[in-house]
Amino acid sequence: MKPSLLALLWHNARAARARAYVRVVSTLRELSWLPFEVVLPVMAAAAYVYLYRALDAPPRYAGFVLLGSAMTAYWLNVLWSMATQFYWEKQEGQLELFFLAPISRMAILAGMALGGMFMASTRAIGTLALGAWLFHVPLGGGHPWLALGTFLLTLVALYGLGMVLASVFMMYGRDAFNLVNLLQDPIYLASGFYFPVRALGRAVAFAAAAIPLTLGLDAMRQLLFGGEPLALWTPGVEMAALALLAVAYLFLAYVALTAMENLAKREGRLTVKWQ
Amino acid sequence: MADGHTAGPAIEARSLRRVFQERRRGRVVKEHVALDGIDLEVRPGECFGLLGANGAGKTTLIKILCTLLLPTSGEARVLGMDVQREPAAIRRRINMVSGGEHSGYGILTVRESLWLFSQLYGLSNAEAFQRIDRLLKMVDLDGSVRVNKLSTGMRQKMNFARGFLNEPDVLFLDEPTLGLDVQTARRLRSFVREWVEERRKTVLLTTHYMMEADEICDRVAIISGGRILACDTPANLKRGLRQERVVRLELAGGAVAEAAAGVTRGDAAGGAARGGTGGAADVLRRAVQDVPGVRRVTLSALDGRVSARVHVESDGVLVQLVSTIAELGFDLHGLEKQDPTLEDVFLALTGRRLDDEGGAVGR
Repeated sequence: MKPSLLALLWHNARAARARAYVRVVSTLRELSWLPFEVVLPVMAAAAYVYLYRALDAPPRYAGFVLLGSAMTAYWLNVLWSMATQFYWEKQEGQLELFFLAPISRMAILAGMALGGMFMASTRAIGTLALGAWLFHVPLGGGHPWLALGTFLLTLVALYGLGMVLASVFMMYGRDAFNLVNLLQDPIYLASGFYFPVRALGRAVAFAAAAIPLTLGLDAMRQLLFGGEPLALWTPGVEMAALALLAVAYLFLAYVALTAMENLAKREGRLTVKWQ
Repeated sequence: MADGHTAGPAIEARSLRRVFQERRRGRVVKEHVALDGIDLEVRPGECFGLLGANGAGKTTLIKILCTLLLPTSGEARVLGMDVQREPAAIRRRINMVSGGEHSGYGILTVRESLWLFSQLYGLSNAEAFQRIDRLLKMVDLDGSVRVNKLSTGMRQKMNFARGFLNEPDVLFLDEPTLGLDVQTARRLRSFVREWVEERRKTVLLTTHYMMEADEICDRVAIISGGRILACDTPANLKRGLRQERVVRLELAGGAVAEAAAGVTRGDAAGGAARGGTGGAADVLRRAVQDVPGVRRVTLSALDGRVSARVHVESDGVLVQLVSTIAELGFDLHGLEKQDPTLEDVFLALTGRRLDDEGGAVGR
């Protein structure tokens, strides 16, 4: 008998929770990451904070930098723990067990994304707390609730992009790793992790807006640290654009996943390791 | 719709064919026919064995039946449902365990890892943990151990338990006892047998361990080169060879040490000695093979001794056989008449031993 829609949704939600659980456990069970993944972003931010201070930039620039530095955790997580994850799951023989199970593949990706958000959030919060204490950055000003909403919207769009990349990368295997490397540092620059992105010019910033962090960071900076003549658009426009990106990326992820599964079943890429 | 408890077959394949293509720059440069027109029917409540060497097509067939791979042509149905058109419905009622798989995340404990997989099948936590504890007891595995601390055998026990979590109507076991010690393998085999009998579940088992297939399978199909060469009960398959006599000769003395070394070297090189290397082992094999009435001979070596398993047309051949061995300078330490085994059936059908392609002989 075919299960009801509600039963299917509940079943897939449980599957997503189970996949997310792996990342929650790995965050809490082995804390060796803590000194490296919190301290290193703070050190990267420190260089920019002291540079801005030396140039007599407004004090809120320290907040800009710290926020960008904290958000690197999400970008790294999307690249290395979302985009490449299906590829590793395939190599481990785990992917075929997920495909064998009576669940939507989107549930697995959603679980990976939720777990990844938790994992990256622990790093981001650590970086923010340590950086705010070291550089005396006030974090409670502006519109914190709106900033939180923008942050959540940014994460949905960003992890939607990660879901698209996961399917694409699985099909192209090891070659995709070069692309991941290529996407890491250049995006720090293009998305304005350490400076207002409009400094790159509107054309570059517009192109970089395809990465949700670009818009998310720009909007959150405005909402937390006040009006900014170098802002790309108003927070309202940026939030609307983020919502569109979120829908587009989630839809694309579904299409890419279906196409990937069909291709894999046709060509044997999912299960036949020698191919 | 047919299901595991109706009269329809639990698994059915008709003219099933699967061709893998190797492409370079978008062009097909090589084709590999993995399945070449498979016809198969497995009854509900049956433990069915697929016996074949590595590369025979066993795993490809299982992947198609598990809805993980599409056939190039032909038709396959599981519990009456088409693998191409109704994969979601099939997945709710099947499971698969592969030998040597590395499922599970190292950071989780065995119990947590099995819980993760139980959630993919929609089990409630209470039901999941009840089944997990029962299965862990059955495979004799400590659930509190982290997956990254498991030995190969322990990991395979965990995989085995995973396959039974959702109480599937059809369970696909692809070389499930690979890497397990003899005692554990025996325990798991008897669990599978009981599970099939008590719950009327269906199992499709692929193996290249002859004894495994002989011990637990109701029927066995022998597959080679993507084709099914024979399909019957193990007893009937062996009965087909009853017109042959099988004798096992234990040899000593003379050039036996050299022959044993030759057999061992040949085994290591993928059976080269059986193909002929010109050494003492090869001279022995050829001489025995040339005795009129001898159909096949296989040599094996253990602890510096040589054992020859010879298929002969009648008992009358034995006199000439013994005299030939003596002429070669070997002492006959023992002679034992044996019943044909599935290994003999495989040899008779395919012309080669099951371990000729890198597999292992039955334990």
